Amino acid sequence: MLSITAFIIISIIKSVAVVFVLLTAVAYSVWLERKVSAHIQNRWGPTRVGPFGLLQPMADGVKFIFKEDLTQPHVYKPLYIAAPIIAVVFAITSIAVIPFGNWVNLGPIAKYGPWGTYLQITDLNIGLLVVLGITSMGVYGVALAGWSSNSKYALLGGLRASAQMISYEVSLGLSLVGVVIQSGSLSLREIVDFQGGTFWHFIPRWNVFHGQTLAFFIYLISAYAETNRTPFDLPEAESELVAGYHTEYSAMKFAMFFMAEYANMVTVSCLATLLFLGGWHGPIFGPPIIQALMPVFWFCLKVFFFMFVYVWVRWTLPRFRYDQLMAFGWKFLLPLAVANIVYTALVVALRAS
Amino acid sequence: MFHLILFLFFGLICVAGAVNLLVQSHPINSALSLIVVMASLAVEYLLLGAEFVAAVQVIVYAGAIMVLFLITIMLLNAGKEERTQGSRVAFLLGIPGVLIGGGLIAWTLVTRSNTVSVPIGALLGDPQQIARLLFRDFLLPFEVTSVLILIAIMGAVVLASKPEAVARGPRKDA
Repeated sequence: MLSITAFIIISIIKSVAVVFVLLTAVAYSVWLERKVSAHIQNRWGPTRVGPFGLLQPMADGVKFIFKEDLTQPHVYKPLYIAAPIIAVVFAITSIAVIPFGNWVNLGPIAKYGPWGTYLQITDLNIGLLVVLGITSMGVYGVALAGWSSNSKYALLGGLRASAQMISYEVSLGLSLVGVVIQSGSLSLREIVDFQGGTFWHFIPRWNVFHGQTLAFFIYLISAYAETNRTPFDLPEAESELVAGYHTEYSAMKFAMFFMAEYANMVTVSCLATLLFLGGWHGPIFGPPIIQALMPVFWFCLKVFFFMFVYVWVRWTLPRFRYDQLMAFGWKFLLPLAVANIVYTALVVALRAS
Repeated sequence: MFHLILFLFFGLICVAGAVNLLVQSHPINSALSLIVVMASLAVEYLLLGAEFVAAVQVIVYAGAIMVLFLITIMLLNAGKEERTQGSRVAFLLGIPGVLIGGGLIAWTLVTRSNTVSVPIGALLGDPQQIARLLFRDFLLPFEVTSVLILIAIMGAVVLASKPEAVARGPRKDA
């Protein structure tokens, strides 16, 4: 077994690595968004900084840091400063329970016997609920930013955001219940383990092919609304609200909202991968060292797929009207999610008896 | 030992948040201190070992109900409250009342309670246990409570809608 020192060292290494990868992914999803949207609109996107504009995120970061950080005289200062911090902290924290790979044996490297670690910062037996809880706290950043800015556009954006996020949180949470009933656990690792293997030797036993197809689409739609992305980006609808809740923010404070949005997208994509697309399961081959890294590769590929779809949808679908958004969430998605729970529960009960 | 220190620390935060809730004059600040109270209560549940209850506490109370409070305050655009001296009757009756009530509760807990105290972290709070309690042992109270809440929601809808709209039935043109 691991000694306490080894445990602490490994945990620190894992945390630093995960946070570094997450922040890099956030920066490069901005690049991805600009590049893909440019190509969809028959433009080039960023090309000047580095090859294919790959250093653009760094240039953006430098720009954000050196811009003047304006604080308007009419804002309520404590909350105006706290709001972007709240948004970004809750967006980044939930990565702590996301597993991104299987058990890795460190014995051959460390030469100290059967050492190893799960590729995950912590495995909680309520991991799924922790992610939901942390994302549900993220709404305060947006709501408080809108209120403390003391401006009409920002207030409307904040109100819209909080109303929309708590409405869609309901169908988001309910769409996951089917998966939880099926796998009989709230631990993200056990949910992924449940999805190993194949049907008839070629269809993977992922939940999306295992009776949860409807839940998958409900989750995807609610997740778009939850992260305030098009077609549900009413909190920052440019044609109506200037920039919504972050109208009054500039420089690094604005960048923090930006980071929070993209970090939330990454989290939601990770959750979709883990719950519906089998996490790190995928074909594994090659020499041992490659075999050890393949699961992480499959996981990242699936997350990348979801990030790409996010951008794709943004430049394909127009924005909803606000009443349409609310009616869609409460009158269509919610009954559908409840029906999915009843169906899954019946199937599981019939199988068990 | 470490658990106990954490437990006391978050208990202190909880009480401080509750006091701050009363002291603050702006409704938004009061609502935010209530969120602090809820979140530190969740940490207390977690430290006691009731992790499912802790997660639900954060998701339901801190994440959903308090957002509704916040929306209401933002929508009404409630400003700062005025400070008054408070009524003399409340002062004269309130403080002895609180003391007597608190004393009674403490006395009952210390002498008359036959619940066994659970060491920190030993509470069986995993989802299976909670589900067994809710859906087997206490099924009837649980269902009755949910019907009660449903009635409360319907009552709120009736009270909030305009009287003529209720009389006419649902709008046809919507």
